[in-house]
Amino acid sequence: MSHQTESSIPDTPARPNRLVPFVGLFFLLVAWDLAIRFGHAPLLPGPWKVARAIGELAQKGFLFKHIVASLFRVTWGYLLATAVGVPLGIALAWYRVGGLALAPLVEIVRPISALAWIPLAILWFGVGDRAAIFIIFIASVWPLSVAAMSAVSNVSWVLWNAGRNFGLSPREIARRVLLPAILPRLLVGLRLSLGIAWLVVVAAEMIAVNSGLGFLIIDARNAGNRYDLVVAGMVLIGTIGLLLDMMMRRIESLPALRWGYAQDPREAA
Amino acid sequence: MIPARKPLTGATKLTIQGLRVAFRTESGEVLVLDNLDLEVREGEFVCILGPSGCGKSTFLNVVAGFLPPTAGSVRIDGEEVRGPDPRRIFVFQERGVFPWLTVEGNIGFGLGKSSKAERARRVAHYVELVGLRGFEQAYPHELSGGMKQRVEVARALAVDPDMLYLDEPFGALDSITRLEMRRELLRIWQAERKTILFVTHDIEESVQLADRIVVMTARPARIRRIVEVDLPHPRDLSSRRYLELRDGIFEEIGLAHRV
Repeated sequence: MSHQTESSIPDTPARPNRLVPFVGLFFLLVAWDLAIRFGHAPLLPGPWKVARAIGELAQKGFLFKHIVASLFRVTWGYLLATAVGVPLGIALAWYRVGGLALAPLVEIVRPISALAWIPLAILWFGVGDRAAIFIIFIASVWPLSVAAMSAVSNVSWVLWNAGRNFGLSPREIARRVLLPAILPRLLVGLRLSLGIAWLVVVAAEMIAVNSGLGFLIIDARNAGNRYDLVVAGMVLIGTIGLLLDMMMRRIESLPALRWGYAQDPREAA
Repeated sequence: MIPARKPLTGATKLTIQGLRVAFRTESGEVLVLDNLDLEVREGEFVCILGPSGCGKSTFLNVVAGFLPPTAGSVRIDGEEVRGPDPRRIFVFQERGVFPWLTVEGNIGFGLGKSSKAERARRVAHYVELVGLRGFEQAYPHELSGGMKQRVEVARALAVDPDMLYLDEPFGALDSITRLEMRRELLRIWQAERKTILFVTHDIEESVQLADRIVVMTARPARIRRIVEVDLPHPRDLSSRRYLELRDGIFEEIGLAHRV
């Protein structure tokens, strides 16, 4: 009976082959390789050289170390941002007066790029993990609280009233109505903020620490113009970012959440 | 066949006195309900009939305790209504089902305090009653509008309320499903003997379902007339009396019954 959502994507005739995305990647690599072979850019590495650089990193044990260092900082900064931003957003939407009072503050702090906080982060936390974690926290906390706020204000009053009608306490309503109702939108916010956190870790690591993929890039350039390592760092960042995004998308396809992403606007209501 | 009217000697269930509701807007106060008096007896099926936007939905929301009245009182079993109550369940259009729960999860939603076995038994009973067997594990987005509406009715019945408030519950359904749902609602009403308040703008619907029809005026809503429907169920939609009642209301509201 799953008529609307599925039938718009007929699965037998026109579903593109799983390999299609790799065709674009293949052509990119070929074009890159040709450009390096026939162009005049002595410092720029071709794809083989970058692959070898990644191999070299793996062999020396740096690959794992840098990736873990970056993921460690992103995980902490992002978890802290979630722990603060989501409840803050829910509270701002829930308590209208408090929300109105705090909104200007949030709106002024929000547009300040996380990178602008780097000097203060170093001043407060010194050079090290905590400064980087703070910058990632700042970068992702606002998008998260805005996502939570809009998720709450989009919950239909019908669902509130239905919950109240069955005699639920405010706490039960929060757990059994509010939370499941906002989850789909919240997850989109969580996914986008994770992307932002991953973008920012690189910048934070270029300045505030001496490990991680951002550090790898800046260090490879400073210590002898190793552009093969620079590009290797870029490729690793892109690949891990993609994997993080795929992981979050997988959560969005759970059956108890899929309703929130229905194609048919009638069903999303 | 059941008698046209069930024992209306029954106790008074709902008493509304001098009910007035006004909303404050930027352009001043808007009077929505003006001085309503109504009594509903236990087990009665009452339709609230009025044009769209006349405030009949507001009326139902006040009776259900979702909105406080500006003046006047709403009493049920002699007790002032101060908020929503699980003994009286509001059935919205199918938008009221929880989209993150399966059919089973929705129907069992209000049964949090019962034991697991009792919950399972009641859910199974009402799944059966509204004809959703085989769809227990389906999510609402996999169901049609009529099926979602059944889920909501079943969820309401599962907590065994004494009253049901239905706010244009079949308004979004196609006409065939709508007829089917009306028949089903009457069947359930006969089986469960609930007091029902049913808001609609559909004259035919009200004459098919109700013991009494409360005809409202346009905003601010007042009671224009109360029509007793002295027809036995199942009602013959071509009988002279049915047509007479229907046309009487059409005229009352000032509509020619010719398109």
